[in-house]
This record gives sequence, C-alpha cells and structure tokens, in this order.
Amino acid sequence: MGRYVIRRLLQMVPVFFGATLLIFLMVNVMGDPIAGLCGERQCDPATAAQLRKEFGLDKPVWQQYATYMGNVFTGDFGTAFNGQEVTELMGEAFPVTIRLTLVAIFFEIVIGIALGVVTGLRRGRPVDSGVLLLTLVVISVPTFVTGLLLQLLLGYKWDIIDPSVSTDARLDELIVPGLVLASVSLAYVTRLTRTSIAENSRADYVRTAKAKGLPRGRVIRKHLLRNSLIPVVTFIGTDIGALMGGAIVTERIFNIHGVGYQLYQGILRQNTQTVVGFVSVLVIVFLVANLLVDLLYAVLDPRIRYA
Amino acid sequence: MRGATHAKWAACAIAVALTAAACGGGSDSGGSGADGIVSSSWGDPQNPLEPANTNEVQGGKVLDMIFRGLKRYDPKTGEAKDMLAESIETKDSVNFTITVKPGWKFSNGEAVTARSFVDAWNYGAHLKNNQRNAYFFGYIDGYEQVHPEEGQPSAQTMSGLKVTGDRTFTVKLSQKFSTWPDTLGYAAFAPLPRAFFDDHDAWVAKPVGNGPYVVDSYARGSQMSLRRWDEYNGPDKAQNGGIDLKVYTDNNTAYTDLIAGNLDLVDDVPASQLKNVKADLGDRYINTPAGIIQTLAFPFYDKAWNTADGAKVRTGLSMAINRKQITDTIFQQTRTPAKDWTSPVLGEEGGFDPTLCGKACEYDPAEAKRLIAEGGGLPGGRITLTYNADTGSHKDWIDAVCNSIKNALGDDRACVGNPIGTFADFRNQITQSKMPGPFRAGWQMDYPLIQNFLQPLYYTNASSNDGKWSNKKFDDLVDKANAEADPATAVETFKEAEKVVRDEMAAIPLWYQNGSAGYSERVSNVALNPFSVPVYEEIKVN
Repeated sequence: MGRYVIRRLLQMVPVFFGATLLIFLMVNVMGDPIAGLCGERQCDPATAAQLRKEFGLDKPVWQQYATYMGNVFTGDFGTAFNGQEVTELMGEAFPVTIRLTLVAIFFEIVIGIALGVVTGLRRGRPVDSGVLLLTLVVISVPTFVTGLLLQLLLGYKWDIIDPSVSTDARLDELIVPGLVLASVSLAYVTRLTRTSIAENSRADYVRTAKAKGLPRGRVIRKHLLRNSLIPVVTFIGTDIGALMGGAIVTERIFNIHGVGYQLYQGILRQNTQTVVGFVSVLVIVFLVANLLVDLLYAVLDPRIRYA
Repeated sequence: MRGATHAKWAACAIAVALTAAACGGGSDSGGSGADGIVSSSWGDPQNPLEPANTNEVQGGKVLDMIFRGLKRYDPKTGEAKDMLAESIETKDSVNFTITVKPGWKFSNGEAVTARSFVDAWNYGAHLKNNQRNAYFFGYIDGYEQVHPEEGQPSAQTMSGLKVTGDRTFTVKLSQKFSTWPDTLGYAAFAPLPRAFFDDHDAWVAKPVGNGPYVVDSYARGSQMSLRRWDEYNGPDKAQNGGIDLKVYTDNNTAYTDLIAGNLDLVDDVPASQLKNVKADLGDRYINTPAGIIQTLAFPFYDKAWNTADGAKVRTGLSMAINRKQITDTIFQQTRTPAKDWTSPVLGEEGGFDPTLCGKACEYDPAEAKRLIAEGGGLPGGRITLTYNADTGSHKDWIDAVCNSIKNALGDDRACVGNPIGTFADFRNQITQSKMPGPFRAGWQMDYPLIQNFLQPLYYTNASSNDGKWSNKKFDDLVDKANAEADPATAVETFKEAEKVVRDEMAAIPLWYQNGSAGYSERVSNVALNPFSVPVYEEIKVN
C-alpha cells in the first residue's frame, strides 16, 4: 500500500511538469499581452519594454518557463497585471470554489446515488422511467441555460434567492449555483448508480445474502450498494477536478469570484502568471483526487489489493 | 418501500436547501436619505489604481470619486471648469503659471500644494514607474529626459515643471498648445499626497485622495466601499452616504440584480437586454451621448490600400454602410449614426459639426458602387473586417456592416469578418501592422477637445494612428491649430484638418456611442457624464 502510494506520487511529477509546460506554451502562443494593456492605443515603446522586462516577457520562452517553475517551488506564483500577487488571488478564489464544489459534490452524492438506488431497484416502473427521462433532459440542456433560467425564476420572478452571490459567498448562497453546477454530473451519477445496482442485484452474493435471511435494507446497503459504487466513485473523483476548473460558466452567471472567474479574466488579459498558476494547482487537485479514488477502491472492494 | 423513502428524503433536502437560501437572501440596504449607500456595478480595474496608470473606465470611476484636479469637466456640458485651479495664465501658449486654490486638503489631512501636483506629474512621467498614461505629460518640456524612447532616463524630474511658491508652479511646454489647460481635467493630472510616495504599497491597497469620497475598504477583484468625506469642502459635496462598487464578471448578472432590486445602478446595460429595458425600468433608464466614436480604420501600410485613387474606394465603402438601420436594429438607438469624426458631446462651438461628413456618410448604394469601381475596385475583390471577439458584441455589428456592404455592391463575396480571440492579441496584430484589411477602431475621448479626436488618431505616427495614415496637410493644420492662441480659431483650424480626413476618408466614421445606465427605485438624480461614467456624487437615495 505504502509503496503503491509512493509510486503513484512519483508518477505525478512528470505529469505535473508536462501539463504546466503545455499550458505555459498555450498562453504564450496567444502573443504579446502587453499590447492589450494600453487600451485602443499603442503602448509607448519605452513603457512597453519596461513592462515586458518586469513580467519577464523579454526572455526566450524556455527561460521564462524555467524561471517561473523555479519561483513556483519557492512559493512565488508571480504577479498579475493589476499588481496583485497570484498567491493572493488564489487565497481569495480557491476557498470560494472549493465551497461551491463541495456543495455540488454533496448534491451529486446525496441526490444522485439516492435516485440511482431507487430507480435501479425498480427498473421499468414509472419512477424509473420518470427519473430516466428527467436525467435525459438535464443532460441535454446546457448548464448556462439551466443556470440563467433558475436565476431568473428563483432570483427575479419568485424572489426566493439573490440573483448573484455576495463577496463572502456563504454556503447558503451557493446552494442554487451548486445545484446548477452539479446538475449534469448528478444525472450521470444517477444513471451510473442505476445501471450498476440493476446489474448487481442479480448477482450471486446478493441472492446468498437474501437467502441467509438478512433484512432487505442491510442487503442493499452492505452488499449491493457497496459493490455497485466503484464506477460511481471513479466518476465523482474525476469530477472534483472538472467541477473546480469547469465552473467558469456557473461562476459567471451567479457572479461568484472563484477560480473560474480568475481563469476567465486571466485568459482574456493573456496573463500567463495567473493562468499557469491556477491551472497548476488544478492539475495537482486532479492528480490527488485520482489517487484518492484509486485508494477508495480498496476500501469499497476488499478483493482489490495494492502492492 | 424503502426506496420511496429515500426519494422523499432527497426531495426534502432540496426543499430545505432552497428555503435556507431564501433565509439567506435579502440585500443589505444601507439606510436612506442623505446617508443612504448606493450600490453600483463595477469591473475589476486592469491596472493598479494610480492616477497616471488608469486608462480604462472602471478604474476611472474610482479616481473620479476620490480625486479632484486643477480642472474638472462639467458633468453635463463637458466644459473644463476650474476646480483646484485659482488661475492658469499664459502669454505665449508655452509657459503657463498655475496657482492652486487655498484650503484644499487630502483626506489624511495633508494640504494640497503646488508640490502635490509637481511630484505627482513627475512620478507619472518617469519611465521607471511604468505608468500607462505617461505620454500625457509628453507636452511638458523635459519629458524626453525622464521618458526616453530608448535607453535609460537621464533626469529624475521634468525640467519644464518648477514650484515657485507654496501654491504656485510654472509649466513650460515643449511646443505651443493653447488649449493645454483644458486637458488638465484628466485623472492623470491629479495631485498626490506624500503618503503615495512614502508608503506606496499601502496607498495602492487603500488609495487616499482629495475628492468628495474616501475609500473605506477595498477587497481587490470583488468590492470597493467608498464613503462620503464629511470634511470635503469642494463645491460638489456628495449627496449620498457612499457608494459600494461591486465587481460583476457578466453585465447580464448585474442587470438581473438590478431588476431584482439587489443593485441600485448599472452603468453598462448589456446589448441583449436593450429590447427589454424600457419594459423593465421605464424612465429609470438613461441613454445619453458619450465621447465615444466607432470607426473602421484602414491599413495604409498595405500598398493595396494606399493607392492614388484609394480615397474613392474608402468613401464608397463608407457610403455602402447603412448606419441608421444598424444602429436602430442592433443597438436599439444606443448609438447614433456618425456625421463627422468627433462627438456630439463637444457641442458645436467645441468643434462637433453634423454636416462635416455630408454625403460621404450617407447610405447610397448606387453611388457607393460607382465610386468603388472608379477607384479600381476592392483590393483583392473583397474586404476582410478584423475585430476582437471577446467583448462588446462586436461580431453582431461587424456582420451587419459586412451584409450592408455586400448588399450595396450586389456581391456576396465582397466582405467577410475576421474575429480575433482576445483584445490583447488584436492590439498586438495591429501594432505589428498585420491587418489584412479594414479593422475596428474605437476612440473614447480623454478630454472633451476636438484635438483629442484628431491628433492621437490621424497625426503622423501618433499613438493611436493604428492605420499609419500620414498626410502633410493634416499635420500642418493640426500644428497650426495647436499654436493658435484663440480657442475659437483653433477649433476652426482643427475642423479644416478634419476636412482633410474626410476628403481622404482616413477612417470611416460609423457611429457615436451613447452611455446607457439603469437604476433602481431607491435612487434618483442619476446621470452619466460625457465619459459615460455615472455622476456618483449627485445621486440621491430616496
């Protein structure tokens, strides 16, 4: 187990460097960001040169990357164009996005798995068809439509919530955005759980458990659900990374100043430091979440052993 | 029936969740009457909030609230009026003697003196301070020494600035510029307290100025709270308790917040909502002219566009654009078809002339076709209109302009749009002279002078002359106008220069942009100034 974890951690190193290098190059091919800083006029050459020097843009790309990486390991993620430290931006943005992601994951787990179990046990019944149809609708409607619609209905027509989230981004304000963010994944979780439950409910061990005379609830929870959750856990695990980085649309609609907002602004302003910094952290989150998922397999299924 | 119970439980969770959100709802309305707080939409300023470093509207809003300069542009007429200036005197349009009014203070108690200005301007001009607006000081003698085009500065301060007394200083310009005092209302010319130089980081985190508001708290990237400064003794005291500027990533969200009653003022109504705005807001929607003009510029560095008969092709293109139809349908009359190269906010005595462009700006497909054919046809048989696709719904109107040109010429291949992903990349390609054809150009005035609409855009090698147009006659007229001692004659000479722009069609004027804003029932007396910035200090909370 310990050796497995160490091996996996070591594997992360090249993945991390590769991913950050790719992002670094991608932001770089977008061209010189300084030109966008002076509005509809040409930056005067002296100031532009000075700015390029300050942000290290006057050096060759490989050298920029090397310097940047060197700084990152000392905890210095550089400075955004508005003079703010990127670490400071991260300190503001990540807590908000993590809260939003937690709310979304909570909905995925609670609603998604519950609906999945219910439909999986009642295949072909009206509940099953109803939920299947509903998830189909949710999957086919883009997030921004769901988001704008909920915002307009709940925030304006019925006046139940504020249309936008305040600067503090309290948990209760994040419920509707979290639901919107989770909606598509939630539908997938429901469907995954349903299929998995439906398949396993015919398995030998479930029949054995029933034959032993175990109470139905115990059979479902201990035997059926635990074995059926492996694909679902894989999905939710990888979804954490996707939710954190992919919240750009939801964060824009509800005016949440999280990671998505900073990334969007960073990309528009071609701010290498912000974009690469945030993406690097997201890459780490993604890798760690994946590792945790793999470790969870062993917990869920005792047959799986890591050496 | 276990499963059903689960489902019920899940449903309850949602219900509870939604009610909890409801409990959390309700905005913080900060009192009413003279102490009421106004909440207003905002965008994250692109550059650090220093006066000489702010070149866009969002940062400009704050500077407009916390700073007062020597001059201030009247929020209604745009006229430059003395604010801190007691007098600005000159005999030769080169040497100016400026006297600062007594009794003005920064909100930290420090008095505003001649030195506050001179230090601030020297800071703004010096190369090592990276100020984006440094070129504003370019008319002052000695600018080349502190801000050389290449290499290191050879002086710390500009030789043209001299403090001659506690409240007086002299300015020597490097050329004649009779209307120079009227440029002093621009934020870059604001005075700065010693605190700015002594502890710069602290100042940027929480700016201190001499205007009617003080910064109460500033959470970068999300919100700034400004409160009325009670000891402010200028003529334009704030009529409300303060302003909360809230950063919105998407102006649609700000608009929804406004109609839901969570926000008092939105100064950027999204184009997609213009159709609903009358129904949603009624007379709480304002749509007033601003000093912004949109044009199509041409790549004169490309031989195909710089031909002897090119003016005919360009004029033909101008006449192929149905401005009225586009401003009516796409912009819902928040833009007005252009009739010259300036802006209506200048007023007719300021140089705006609705007859100057004349027929060349009227839609006339037959004449357009004839002129283009006479001028040798479109270079390469078609034109490519380049624009940045990331902001400002440019795609919509570029497509409309293209369609208009195609219809007028009866050629389905005559025009195509060329979107560029980001503004930075767009500017980059412009700077590197890589435009394949006409491209979007916009100009928001820095100060309400006809000079500002012509010289930076069309003078040889000027900072915003993106098409690299160059015309000796135009340059001479501009030089002559700047040297003119009498402002009225100067304006007339500038108009002569503008006629050269017209005859050569150096750029196609499209439309004047209005400022549009909407406000809630909580507030009244809301107006936009000619820079399309809300006049915050006059807003009253009911």
